[in-house]
Amino acid sequence: MAKVMLEVRNLTTKYITRFREDVYAVDDVSLKVEEGKSLGIAGESGCGKSTLALSLMGYYFPPLHYMRGDIIIDGVNISKMDPDDIRKTILGTEISYIPQAAMNALNPTQKIIRFIEDVVQAHNPAATKKDAYDLARHSFETLGLPEEVLHKYPVELSGGMKQRTVIAVSTILFPKVLIADEPSSALDVTSQKMVIKMLRDLMEKGIIKSMIFITHELPLLYNVTDDIMVMYAGQIVEKGTAKETVFDPLHPYSKGLMGSIIVPEKGLRAAKLTAIPGVPPNLKNPPAGCRFADRCKYVQPICRAITVGYQELDSGRYYRCVLSEKELREAYKKDAC
Amino acid sequence: MPVEKFSILRGEGLTKVFGFGRNKTVAVDHVDFDFYSGEIVSIVGESGSGKTTLAKMLLGLINPTEGEIYYHEQKRDISTHRKRQEYWRGIQAIFQDPFSSYNIFRKIDAVLLDCIHMRGGRRLPYEKKVEMMSEACSFVNLKFEELTNKYPFELSGGQQQRLMIARIFLLKPKILLADEPTSMIDACSRATILDMLMKLRNETGMTLIFITHDIGLAYYVSDSVYIMERGKIVEHGTADDVILNPKQPYTKRLISDVPKIYEEWDLSTV
Amino acid sequence: MKHIFQQAFHSPKFVIGFSIFMFILLTVLIYPVFVPDEPLAIIAQGTFFEPGIYVNVYDSIGSPAYTLKLTDAAEKRIASKLGPQERRDMKEWLLAFGIPEEEIDIEDTGKLLNLWESNFDPSLRFPGMTNARKLYFGRLNNSLQGLLATDGVTVAARNPETGELQEVSYIDQTAFVNIRHVPNVRVLPLGTDNFGRDMLTELVSATKTSLIIGFIAGTIATLIGLTLGLLAGYLGGLVDDVIMFFTNLFTVIPGFVLLILISYSIGQDQRGATTVAVVIGLTSWVWTARAVRAQVLSLRNRDHVNLSKLSGHSIVRIILSDILPYIASYVVMALILQISSAILAEAGLSILGLGPKTTEVPTLGLMMNWAMIYSAHIMGKWWAYFPVIVTIALISFSLNLMNTGLDQVFNPALRD
Repeated sequence: MAKVMLEVRNLTTKYITRFREDVYAVDDVSLKVEEGKSLGIAGESGCGKSTLALSLMGYYFPPLHYMRGDIIIDGVNISKMDPDDIRKTILGTEISYIPQAAMNALNPTQKIIRFIEDVVQAHNPAATKKDAYDLARHSFETLGLPEEVLHKYPVELSGGMKQRTVIAVSTILFPKVLIADEPSSALDVTSQKMVIKMLRDLMEKGIIKSMIFITHELPLLYNVTDDIMVMYAGQIVEKGTAKETVFDPLHPYSKGLMGSIIVPEKGLRAAKLTAIPGVPPNLKNPPAGCRFADRCKYVQPICRAITVGYQELDSGRYYRCVLSEKELREAYKKDAC
Repeated sequence: MPVEKFSILRGEGLTKVFGFGRNKTVAVDHVDFDFYSGEIVSIVGESGSGKTTLAKMLLGLINPTEGEIYYHEQKRDISTHRKRQEYWRGIQAIFQDPFSSYNIFRKIDAVLLDCIHMRGGRRLPYEKKVEMMSEACSFVNLKFEELTNKYPFELSGGQQQRLMIARIFLLKPKILLADEPTSMIDACSRATILDMLMKLRNETGMTLIFITHDIGLAYYVSDSVYIMERGKIVEHGTADDVILNPKQPYTKRLISDVPKIYEEWDLSTV
Repeated sequence: MKHIFQQAFHSPKFVIGFSIFMFILLTVLIYPVFVPDEPLAIIAQGTFFEPGIYVNVYDSIGSPAYTLKLTDAAEKRIASKLGPQERRDMKEWLLAFGIPEEEIDIEDTGKLLNLWESNFDPSLRFPGMTNARKLYFGRLNNSLQGLLATDGVTVAARNPETGELQEVSYIDQTAFVNIRHVPNVRVLPLGTDNFGRDMLTELVSATKTSLIIGFIAGTIATLIGLTLGLLAGYLGGLVDDVIMFFTNLFTVIPGFVLLILISYSIGQDQRGATTVAVVIGLTSWVWTARAVRAQVLSLRNRDHVNLSKLSGHSIVRIILSDILPYIASYVVMALILQISSAILAEAGLSILGLGPKTTEVPTLGLMMNWAMIYSAHIMGKWWAYFPVIVTIALISFSLNLMNTGLDQVFNPALRD
């Protein structure tokens, strides 16, 4: 049984707004990532995936507040730790985070190597500049980045190169878990491909032990992660292997989402893209029962009445719906004709 | 009855240069194109390829430095304000960011009434105007009664883009230029927008010009595709030709850089 | 429109700013109704009278007297006469006389007086004491004698025929008059300035004039700046170049120098408050023009403007409905800043003597000018300049507060 690198149990975090209305952005989320595996989190804007990423690091600052739940990184429960301790001992060394457009973190007035020295010395005050340089050189070499980048200013680099630099730097201390939040969405397709390749290299070369990749672009997840989790309105609605989730989705929302994927491949022109009418619910007053009920084609009266739990399949897949696997597959088959 | 295809918008040697001397940037470099009526065309390019500048020239918002544009096979003349207004009765646009496409001080009613007025309906009785606005809204699956007296920013991004399409429904231009119309919309709502635009084309014979960086989108929606790189058109043809059998190296690279799910995505060519 | 006003009053900042400003405005308008005096009338002979209630002594002698036996009256009388300086002087004499220091407590009035009475001798002259000082102590002693006595004073008038002094009335130490029976009482809440004018009346009148100058100058400057900025920003090309040329010209020439030159050349006689206002307005539009132009440049390429163009709207219509509302908040801010700076610019001119005619109306700047020239701040006569400063600050503050509170009006997206 492979070691569990990151385990999250019933995590709930909320935003407290000015009017004291609470937005439960992450509602009772549980997940597990094993050593050597990567997990993709798919969802659209407002589903809570970026908040989940922040919460996973124990990074709470108003208006984001931790409510309850456990986050365990390689056996260490960080949810009860002091934020300062987290910063000193966990961030960067156990778990590392790359936000969207991370390239903006580079100080435009400093060379890249200065940035790396800061990072290294923040975690190890005894480290010298030479130590930092060696670490950097080694990391760049492994990941296929040219060494001369270390001596350049951020403005001299392209967007893709900057993003890859930041990703390399955030893994320079060999964290066990890497959380990447939309690492490539601000880039053109060529740079995006380079970033994706780098993420794959990080996993394959063992620089990181596990990864969580968050994006709304499903084709990327399919090509990078082992498993995919779909989030909707702050909750997880489905989890399975990448292949299962993309080609055989069970939850009606996942089905709609996968049906709206556009790839320039043969057969696309004949395909009918699906669209899901309506908008996600307002998380200030989440509806009772299933949060997808208002937009679901297969909604039953019971969906709005009870708190919908997970249905688990033998393969380890699970999804949040009242209908059984058989019922869903029949309904999908009927619609396809 | 087969519809006769004719060239509705044609460009010859279209060029736009910004700046002088050493600071010269050639945004659009001697571009030739030919769009047919009722066609859905996509102009695909990455950022910096000049596609937005080309779009603005097609719309008549920027004047070309060199080259000619032919509208209905006649040289386009938009030298006076009146001539430009005449041209804009035939070509309209939808932009990328629905939130900044509306004047935040005007209500939805005013926006739609504006379109009716532009088509000469200023003198119509109010009830008729409401009827027209309701029809336009229902075309895009919105209810006019729910929208009236509201501001556009009170709607979601997808709804605002649909409202833009309702405007187009009222304006009934011959050509619609859509600049990244779905890049800021959720994936789930994307198909709705695209379907509505295609429905408009099917019902009114409108020519659609898509400007996008998403080659997958271009493939899904278009009849013809033009690929732009650094101000030049490097390849064009039918969608199937360009995407499934690309000839130019740039096109091939562009397609291989997009993640695939049915075929193996080759990451070694990075 | 009504909805906009309702919206504005939701904001606490706006309400506070509005209240302060209204308070100032209403005072300026209503005060002259109740106090119809000429603001520049000199009523005091002497400079910088302190704030207080001034009771006519002559009338109070003639007013009906009432006897009030108050236990602390005598103490208060003595304590007021024995100021800190006098006490220190008494201590100095007693020390020189030979009384040990521990026994002298200048705080204890009674004890000090006792010591003084038992020991003072006007003829004594200590080594190191000048004659003048000795005489001073003598006078001090005389004034003290009066304090301790329990007799009243006699008021005498000179008989016009015989030339002799005849007793008119006798005033007991316990005699009080009701101030309401005294016909001539003048309240001077802010005292007088160096010329002897009632500061409060002057201040109210000056505020009115300064507000008028501020508004006229501010409005002129903002209108010029707004128009030029809009045209230069939106039309671009040659129009932009020409307007920017003039703007740069006005930037390079220091506005204040220009102001001085124009003021000087107009001549003292022509310089009324309105003229000065117009002059200030015509020379201070530069900043607004540039700021508006910058805003318009960034708005010009927005999607909604392009869509407006595609809808065939005329240039005028686009500027008025697609650009102007977006910069409205900015323009109002600019207007407020122009008003404040106009008031201060006028003050600057007045200090140089180039402001409005000093004989017609006072302005806040003029009042500051006089206070400075006549060294009010050095002499500690705070009432001559401090209220003026506070008024200028309050006007500026309240206007600015109103502007920040109007966010929701200017941006419908922020309304709830």
